[in-house]
Amino acid sequence: MDTNTKIVDLEKVVIKFAGDSGDGMQLTGTQFTDTSALLGNDLATFPDYPAEIRAPQGTVAGVSGFQIHIGRIDINTPGDIADVLVAMNPAALKANKNWIKKGGTIILNIDTFAKRDLEKAGYETSPLEDNSFEGYNIIQAPITKLTREALKDSGLDGKSIGRSKNMFALGIIYWMFNRPMEQTEKFLQNKFAKQPEVVAANIKIMHAGYNFADTIEALPSSYTVLSANLKAGTYRNVMGNQAIAWGFLAAAERANKQLFLGSYPITPASDILHELAKHKNLGVKTFQAEDEIAGICSAIGASFTGSLAITTTSGPGLALKGEGLGLAIMAELPLVVVNVQRGGPSTGLPTKTEQSDLMQALYGRNGESPSVVLASSTPGNCFDWAYMASKITLEHNTPVVLLSDGYLGNGAEPWKIKSTMDMPEIHPSIAIEGEEYQPYARDEETLARKLALPGTKGLEHRLGGLEKEDITGNVSYDPENHENMADIRSEKINRIADIIPNQKIFGKEEGDLLVVGWGGTHGSLYSGVDNLLKTGEKIALCQFNYINPLPKNTAEIFSKYKKIVVCELNSGQFANYLRMNFQGTIFHQYNKIQGFPFTTSELESHFKTLLSK
Amino acid sequence: MEHLTNKDFTSDQEVRWCPGCGDYTILRAIQKALPALGKKKEDFVFISGIGCSSRFPYYMNTYGFHTIHGRAPAFATGVKLANPKLSVWQITGDGDALAIGGNHFIHALRRNIDINILLFNNEIYGLTKGQFSPTSKKGIKTKSNPHGTTDEPFSPSDLAIGAQGSFFARVVDTNPKLMQKIFIEAEEHRGTSLIEILQNCVIFNDKTFASITGKEVKENAQLILEDGKPMLFGAEMNNGIILNGFKLEVVTVGENNVTEEDILTHNAKEQDPTLHAMLARMRPPEFPAALGIIRAVSRQTFDEGILNQLEYEKENAKFKTVDELLKSGETWEVES
Ligand SMILES: Cc1ncc(C[n+]2csc(CCOP(=O)(O)OP(=O)(O)O)c2C)c(N)n1
Ligand code: SF4
Ligand SMILES: [Mg+2]
Repeated sequence: MDTNTKIVDLEKVVIKFAGDSGDGMQLTGTQFTDTSALLGNDLATFPDYPAEIRAPQGTVAGVSGFQIHIGRIDINTPGDIADVLVAMNPAALKANKNWIKKGGTIILNIDTFAKRDLEKAGYETSPLEDNSFEGYNIIQAPITKLTREALKDSGLDGKSIGRSKNMFALGIIYWMFNRPMEQTEKFLQNKFAKQPEVVAANIKIMHAGYNFADTIEALPSSYTVLSANLKAGTYRNVMGNQAIAWGFLAAAERANKQLFLGSYPITPASDILHELAKHKNLGVKTFQAEDEIAGICSAIGASFTGSLAITTTSGPGLALKGEGLGLAIMAELPLVVVNVQRGGPSTGLPTKTEQSDLMQALYGRNGESPSVVLASSTPGNCFDWAYMASKITLEHNTPVVLLSDGYLGNGAEPWKIKSTMDMPEIHPSIAIEGEEYQPYARDEETLARKLALPGTKGLEHRLGGLEKEDITGNVSYDPENHENMADIRSEKINRIADIIPNQKIFGKEEGDLLVVGWGGTHGSLYSGVDNLLKTGEKIALCQFNYINPLPKNTAEIFSKYKKIVVCELNSGQFANYLRMNFQGTIFHQYNKIQGFPFTTSELESHFKTLLSK
Repeated sequence: MEHLTNKDFTSDQEVRWCPGCGDYTILRAIQKALPALGKKKEDFVFISGIGCSSRFPYYMNTYGFHTIHGRAPAFATGVKLANPKLSVWQITGDGDALAIGGNHFIHALRRNIDINILLFNNEIYGLTKGQFSPTSKKGIKTKSNPHGTTDEPFSPSDLAIGAQGSFFARVVDTNPKLMQKIFIEAEEHRGTSLIEILQNCVIFNDKTFASITGKEVKENAQLILEDGKPMLFGAEMNNGIILNGFKLEVVTVGENNVTEEDILTHNAKEQDPTLHAMLARMRPPEFPAALGIIRAVSRQTFDEGILNQLEYEKENAKFKTVDELLKSGETWEVES
């Protein structure tokens, strides 16, 4: 490093990598994430990519982005706006122009600012020539040219040379934030083990970027973000989808069950299938079915046979699974249905996040068919909620819907590695050979029936979707019995409230404003509330993970605040659910349906308005 | 092992099909066939969809699951994958398997999961009171098409062969002995065994198979295929099938210089499905209907493939416990 350069210590910083969907921005962002995590920063990431695999090159629709927020302090969101933007073409600049801090640093690949490139991005004149970016620190880096130059004797073809441009950008950012490059070098050596020339080229370009940044005077300082004050322990990065998969693996191992996943690919849930498919060594059986219906039905078959059975999907897939889920409710079989929500209705916004499947999860079936509904709220706690969903379903023999979302599923954060032994025990409710067996006899406390698994001598019995007679499980059309059974199915779920912990809040125990959220909005709501607490406001956050049943102390919490605002990425589904359950309580709403998470600043300003009224 | 009889497979539930329904003889045939397989009663699982036929599991004293309309192959796949030791039987109707469940049906056959599918083909929707089905003869008048159907029916055999099915047999509900024999062979076949049962619905489609099963016609209307045997049929067993160019033809041994040598010999194990498809399509009055095992070829089953991979991975993988997985990859320590 040039000795003239000052090193400035930062509390936190938001960096955004943006480029064409073929520019390798996701990889660049992930590399920066892994390196920062190894240095001990707290962090949160937000990959944001187009629905099309290759949208027209150079257009705003084709821009793929990766935002990362790193810090020495508690980081809960990927950040509202970026301090540093890397834009590989004019379209990336245009798409992010409102998401970069005034006065921030913008690193541009200036070789892509020819007239044609500008036109594709929809610019009539170059934004660099008018005063659109006045006051910003614009670094015009000839990334394409320097990459070509550095690799002209590498023997690589033009296409492969073009592909290593992203490493130049990564090198610049590594210099800016004073990060070592070893982690990425190791990564490249592994990834391209069979193509040493590609490894060499990529490493060379990353160093070229680093040296470029070191030499030019345009970057006045290099920054460092010291390691965060995380709790002691061993850490790694996890993404929500990966953590969900691992939570199920852990639950299966603790419950001594085989894990079975029946699934059909759908964005943004497929990564759970991909992750579990890798781990056959741990005994997991994954079945890529012909559609979502076969996905859930195969899982129910496996559950009937004694597996911890799960099915994973996103909104449109949950719609297809409705009838199967109803059968699992009637047959009182364990089953976890994971819905990684995306923008809807219909195909909607496949790669964007939303919380608009809550009502579908709670009520989207024929008949009186109550289901347990849980929601994870950070990428890391996806592990815990997958585990809890498994525990509840196996112990109570009733299906559980676990709601995650695209933001959690693809987002990453440092995760303090848990041991499976840290997790609570799981005691599946199963009859054994020789026992007097009635398929619909129940545990007095939980009302859970017992399963009898095929292959168990003497416990042969028949299940089905026709109404069951209490205790015997025989088909029954008796009117009183039907009503009784409907009551039991619902009461069985209500009683789960007896075993779940009390709802916790963050902030003031009582006060002026209670912010209510559920699931994936935790990070932004927490940051918004935290900021206002620091200014002395009497505010608190109540973020729900147990949706059905709700924790028993919910009403009591609600009674302690002058105002309650329910914030969610839909048009008010949880607010309406709470109105049904707590009649008389007034719930204000704050909603957003743009496919993006809340920003901390929009929340803060809304909370301030509510507090001042 | 204790010796089981048909009584052991009879449940205490009252059977509720219409009197005279073909389903009764199928139920009795299964209850008689199972003891001969020498398996434990607790290892049988019957999975059905929805329809008159799909009530079947309630009448069997085995593990059973009456699921939802059309999806039984998916449930059966889950059961078999979860515990490959079980003997899994899927009970389905022509509507259940071929209309709402057509997708699952072809994919089970394509994968060759080791289950037995008993397809009760009565060419009608029985349970919903008599609408036409994907196998109903073109032109039939039903409540849902009082002017006669304009739908072209298809045959389960064509779907099975098109989907790379490894086993296809056809039986009639009027021949319990043949049913028992074929059920046993179906269970012994490894892979998806599809048995089409021509089943009479006395209420909504009575006698739809009369041209095949009618007492007066059946000898000339049924060719019961046996592997390795000539395709002979008729009261005197002197009618036979030959291949004339690319077409099948019925001939009589002893007439027009035809000898027994000229008659086709059945080879159910032939991988090429062309002849199997042609045989399965034969119908009176021009031809006898082919019964028995039309196709039984060997190929890897889906469950076997998955189990092999699982075993291999367990032997060769880096970690054996979830904790090892959680700690794998890039990690770092934070000190207090
Ligand atoms: C999702 C759904 N759609 C429709 C039905 C109504 N239904 C029940 S059985 C059936 C057709 C049954 O015909 P088939 O499979 O041939 O059986 P069969 O009664 O003839 O034995 C229909 C349409 C249903 N139960 N579920
Ligand atoms: S309606 Fe037809 S198929 Fe159904 S039970 Fe009666 S006779 Fe059998
Ligand atoms: Mg039918």
